[in-house]
Amino acid sequence: MPSPLLVRSALALALVMAADVHAATDADLAEIRAQIRQLKESYEARIEALEQRLQAAEANASAKAVPAAASVASSTATPAVPAAAAPAAAVASASPPPTGGISAFNPAISAVLQGAYANLSRDPNKYALAGFAPSGDIVPAPRSFSIAESELALSASVDDKFYGNLIFSLTPENTVSVEEAYGVYTAAPYGIAPKFGRFLSSIGYLNDQHQHAWDFYDAPLVYQAFLGGQYQNNGLQVKWVAPTDLFVELGAEVGSGESFPGNSRNKNGTGNGNAYVHIGGDVDASSSWRAGLSYLQTAAKDREYSQLDTTGNDAQLAFTGKSRIAIADFVWKWSPNGNAQERNFKLQGEYFWRRENGDLTYDADGALGLTQNGGYRSDQNGFYVQGVYQFMPAWRVGVRYDWLNPGSVDFGSNGAYFGNTSFNPQRTAVMLDWTPSEFSRFRVQFQQAKLRPDFTDNEIFVQYILTLGAHGAHNF
Amino acid sequence: MKAIWQVCLMSALLALAAPALAALNVFATVPEWGALAEELGGDKVKVYVATNALQDPHHIEAKPSLIAGARNADLVVATGAELEIGWLPLVTQRAGNPKVQPGKPGYFEAAAFVTMLEKPARLDRADGDVHPGGNPHIQTDPRNVLRVAAPLTARLMELDPANAAYYQERGKAFAERFGTAIGNWEKLAAPLKGAPIVVQHKAFTYLIAWLGMNEVAALEPKPGVEPTTAWLSEVLALLQRQPAKMVIRAAYQSDRPSQWIAERAKIDAVALPFTVGGTPEARDLFGLYDDTIVRLLKGTK
Repeated sequence: MPSPLLVRSALALALVMAADVHAATDADLAEIRAQIRQLKESYEARIEALEQRLQAAEANASAKAVPAAASVASSTATPAVPAAAAPAAAVASASPPPTGGISAFNPAISAVLQGAYANLSRDPNKYALAGFAPSGDIVPAPRSFSIAESELALSASVDDKFYGNLIFSLTPENTVSVEEAYGVYTAAPYGIAPKFGRFLSSIGYLNDQHQHAWDFYDAPLVYQAFLGGQYQNNGLQVKWVAPTDLFVELGAEVGSGESFPGNSRNKNGTGNGNAYVHIGGDVDASSSWRAGLSYLQTAAKDREYSQLDTTGNDAQLAFTGKSRIAIADFVWKWSPNGNAQERNFKLQGEYFWRRENGDLTYDADGALGLTQNGGYRSDQNGFYVQGVYQFMPAWRVGVRYDWLNPGSVDFGSNGAYFGNTSFNPQRTAVMLDWTPSEFSRFRVQFQQAKLRPDFTDNEIFVQYILTLGAHGAHNF
Repeated sequence: MKAIWQVCLMSALLALAAPALAALNVFATVPEWGALAEELGGDKVKVYVATNALQDPHHIEAKPSLIAGARNADLVVATGAELEIGWLPLVTQRAGNPKVQPGKPGYFEAAAFVTMLEKPARLDRADGDVHPGGNPHIQTDPRNVLRVAAPLTARLMELDPANAAYYQERGKAFAERFGTAIGNWEKLAAPLKGAPIVVQHKAFTYLIAWLGMNEVAALEPKPGVEPTTAWLSEVLALLQRQPAKMVIRAAYQSDRPSQWIAERAKIDAVALPFTVGGTPEARDLFGLYDDTIVRLLKGTK
């Protein structure tokens, strides 16, 4: 599947880059410039005249308060000065000269500092979701105080055709990782903005938002179970916004496929392909919405994880096969007359479905001496829904509910070692946050997680998010 | 997958085949520039106004409808001076419309043609929501609107050469009418000169400079920071030493801080339209300043 997709997107990109925008002829431009100059002159004259009148009126007004004899002198003397000075001042203010020097072209820099205090009734190192085999990146914060990932972002226009963005994160373990590093071709016509490099995929609603922009401390369970947190794409993205009054955005991505549920497979070509459509608009001045459908196809080769088998052994398993994910997402926002400063409400939900089929190797590392290869097929789904209400400036409350369905898993010839579970992992969270300015936020979150049949974890998080530097964007 | 791509390509082709609309599509970030574009462009422009007068222009989200609006725009008219920093760059980027990216003829910032006031001497967020380019609420002085009208007319002429003469004619006519109106407003507002007033947010710097009023205090301790009771008490103490005529706020702002101070200091709380549509009377640019002055005069009585 991915190869025809790649060819098409490459073709589309080539077409876009080759397109040329024709300008008006030189003669036309010269004529317009002359007209503009003429117009400017007439306006300047008019503004000058007005300013003179104002000055005169002010002078008169003040003169009336003082001796009447002075008024003749002042009303004749004052207009002469601004007539000469005003145009010069206007020119100076029209285009303030940018500051020069070696730093003049420095990119916009911003940093996000985050940290938390966590109180967990269960050992976070034994965190697991019954019936699911996610990647290892979903373990919650350690107990007590910790810093979360600090983020540093640099962005700027590269030249007249490209825009670049680099976001790296500094982890509490003192490692550095590249969250996003991409270029955007900004000169493409027809509403296409090709992006290339590493970026958070635009599947779903929450996936391309950075963690510090989330309304809760941690990712919804569906993101943890099906995407191992967030889906990072190393590759190419093309988005197209339709020229319609209703917001319609179509997008497609291809990439190396190394992000969970896929993995690095040491092969040429493309490893994953995604496509999505987002639509949205306003109901009235107070309500806006966005809905989306996304599809992701990727594959894994010997994706390893461990799971307890029916005899209680912690068996090493390896999956090789295809993974397909479909996501339906919906967001609705309300604020009185669209003014979110005082009060606002946000309702969001996403439904995930995933099918994986291929082969599963039981006891992949041979530790049990039982290594055996068999077929594998799973059909799983889940959702979360959350609502956040700002009841007064700077203060919000929120509720979130998570639910996962391990569905049916067919272990093929390994069926003897594993049974299907009918247990649905679920979690309920409430949070309260305080946002003194758009650059700082403090949050308290309490949640009860029932992720395994014998397991209830009561979790409390206190979190801070501080943003420094360049002004961030207000994402919908 | 294949089906989705076919739908994609089909709709792309359809969109390209659609005949170009005759009118110039103008995307105005705030109502005042939308109203100005309508004055200057008449029936040759189709104006989309991204926000309404009851929204805080600092805190707008890049909603889907705004992206769709910017997608079709031939010209974005913004205030600039970082008023729209939180959302406009995102909107123009997500819309993928190369015509209206900053630096292109289809991107127009009004603040570039106005003498900016309150340029901060130092840039530190400890001072609140400061704008490096100066106070961005330039439209509260109608002379600034007139200053912006000329380059905006020039821009319309540049983008739509076929109707250049039309824009030029309308531009001239508007400057004449508006210039006369400014003269009348100034006469009408003469009693306001020197009037001591309190502002809720520092949103009226240009209005105050224009009419020669005297800003005694602001209810926000720092720009963009919500007033606290402690701070309001300080303002109240100040007002007892140095009385003011009224406390003014923009239509989009909560009336609570204004009412709090008005009750205690025994002064009027005046809500000004701030932009076109802020009050029922502020239907257009003329109504905006008519109503602003009428309300201010009522407050001084």
